Amino acid sequence: MGEKRSLGARLRRDYPVLLLAVPGLLILLAFQYYPLWGNIIAFQDYQPYLGVGKSLWSGFQNFSVIFNGDGEFLNAVKNTLILTLIQTVIVFPAPIVVALVLHSLLSNKLRQFVQTIIYLPHFMSWVIVVAIFQQVLGGTGMINNWLRSHGYSPMHIIGNVEAFRALLTSQVLWKDTGWATILFLAVLSQIDRSLYEASAVDGAGRWRQTWHVTLPGLKPIIILLLILKLGDSLTVGFEQIILQQQAVGVDASDVLDTYVYNNGILGGNWGVAAAVGLVKSAVALALVLSANKIAHRLGEEGVYRG
Amino acid sequence: MNTKRTMVGGMPMPGVTERVVKAVFLTIICAVVILPFVGVISTSLAPAEEVTKAGGFVMFPTKGIDFTAYRSILSGGTVTQALLISAFVTAVGTTIAVALTCTLGWALSRRGTIGNKALLLLVLISLLFNPGLIPSYLTVQQFGLLNSLWAVIVPVSVSAFNVIVVRSFFVGLPNEIIDAARIDGASEWKLFRYIGLPLSKAVIAVIGLFYGVGYWNSFFNAMLYLNDSAKWPLQLVLRTYVVNGVELGGQDLGLAGEAAPPQTSIQMAILMISVVPILCVYPFIQRHFAKGVLTGAVKG
Repeated sequence: MGEKRSLGARLRRDYPVLLLAVPGLLILLAFQYYPLWGNIIAFQDYQPYLGVGKSLWSGFQNFSVIFNGDGEFLNAVKNTLILTLIQTVIVFPAPIVVALVLHSLLSNKLRQFVQTIIYLPHFMSWVIVVAIFQQVLGGTGMINNWLRSHGYSPMHIIGNVEAFRALLTSQVLWKDTGWATILFLAVLSQIDRSLYEASAVDGAGRWRQTWHVTLPGLKPIIILLLILKLGDSLTVGFEQIILQQQAVGVDASDVLDTYVYNNGILGGNWGVAAAVGLVKSAVALALVLSANKIAHRLGEEGVYRG
Repeated sequence: MNTKRTMVGGMPMPGVTERVVKAVFLTIICAVVILPFVGVISTSLAPAEEVTKAGGFVMFPTKGIDFTAYRSILSGGTVTQALLISAFVTAVGTTIAVALTCTLGWALSRRGTIGNKALLLLVLISLLFNPGLIPSYLTVQQFGLLNSLWAVIVPVSVSAFNVIVVRSFFVGLPNEIIDAARIDGASEWKLFRYIGLPLSKAVIAVIGLFYGVGYWNSFFNAMLYLNDSAKWPLQLVLRTYVVNGVELGGQDLGLAGEAAPPQTSIQMAILMISVVPILCVYPFIQRHFAKGVLTGAVKG
């Protein structure tokens, strides 16, 4: 019936709906789509006092840090990739293990109690998490005070360049392992009970059931999350690192996002920062799209169809 | 244990070893999460001499409770002001964000209206990319929002993800009610206000809590856009005086002629007042999120 009406008639009928959409859409357009235009300063010798309109064009000059492999830039790339690798190998499987343990608990009350506790750190800001870690692991922190009072020598963790990656990793584990179990638990609760019963009849014990029933049930969500992670693989620990960079220096801690922030906002190399940011976004988009394609080829659902 | 075991939900009963290992594992995890908070609370409440004697962090105070640290940061001064600013940003931001998210979500849920598919696509595509730090900064600058609290509030007031969650909830509402109300002559606004909103209280509460926590915790945007330290929210004060360890002087505290408590106590008290509001809303999040957010997130 709707098809036969004229455009004007449909507009007259639907304008109240459109009016309701306008405020939210304006914000989305202004702060999600409109900023894309700002990327053109990647091709400019951007000067804040001249603005985007009057700054001189510089072609691909800003991209030379990428093409010529500037040391500081390569360092940021290296740190980013190493941290992403750690996150994929250590941080990603952790909630799966915890979810398996929680799922195997017989008492619902106990499970909910543990969930209530381990979800909590997710709602703390990075400032709070970093502050708490300093208090626990710092020079006069909880652990070192205990070590000292029991006659051991204190450990140097906060501000130690060599321990920095381990520190970042443990902070991420502390903050988000619990929360990340939520998706796995949801999927686990949907696995068909009869599969367990059938395998038990066939003589499978608990381990074999976990291996042959539970883990295959988790496979789709694991692949989905890995795809999303691949798309995000150039974005790692920004706020977390910004807060702690002073203590360990740029060499040990710079990632692509902090490189953009330090060079652009703090250092005034607006064009270079924008160029690195632009390339990073483009690569990230390409990664999501290709990971999705790979997933389809492997016969998995992927994030979207297409 | 080779004899037949009792079965639970298709699985054999766990053996004793497995139970012990699991109990130890879960106890350790819970302790690692909880103990640091206990330490923070203890240190913020421990009397000055005990903190000084411990050389910083106090795990289990034995000499009573002392509220001087809280009094000193809450009686006017830098921290009090930051607390008020954070409260303002959170209250105003959450109100705006919930209003914009619900109206947009409702409009997108009215399938068959003009432009509906195009608008939905516009929202969905925005989930695929991030505008980037420098372009976002230039935009905020261009709109004249630099050094204004609105720069912390407005740009993040519409989360496309939340819009989609709210929309899928609205789509799931029974059509009969909406049709019946329309036949009775209800306007679009009335449908939204008297049918859509009341039937979706749970999901709106969850979205509101998530926006609220996000605003309360927002740190980087404040650091990026607010140059004037008089406009700093609590998270920036926390970074400066706790993470970076800058000392709070007498004029930053609100104490008149009293001896200032140890810096560690003050720091932990600042940490506590930024944690407590989250602890207060946490039970509500906990009760709701399984229903609201998860179904939206899993089903898309």
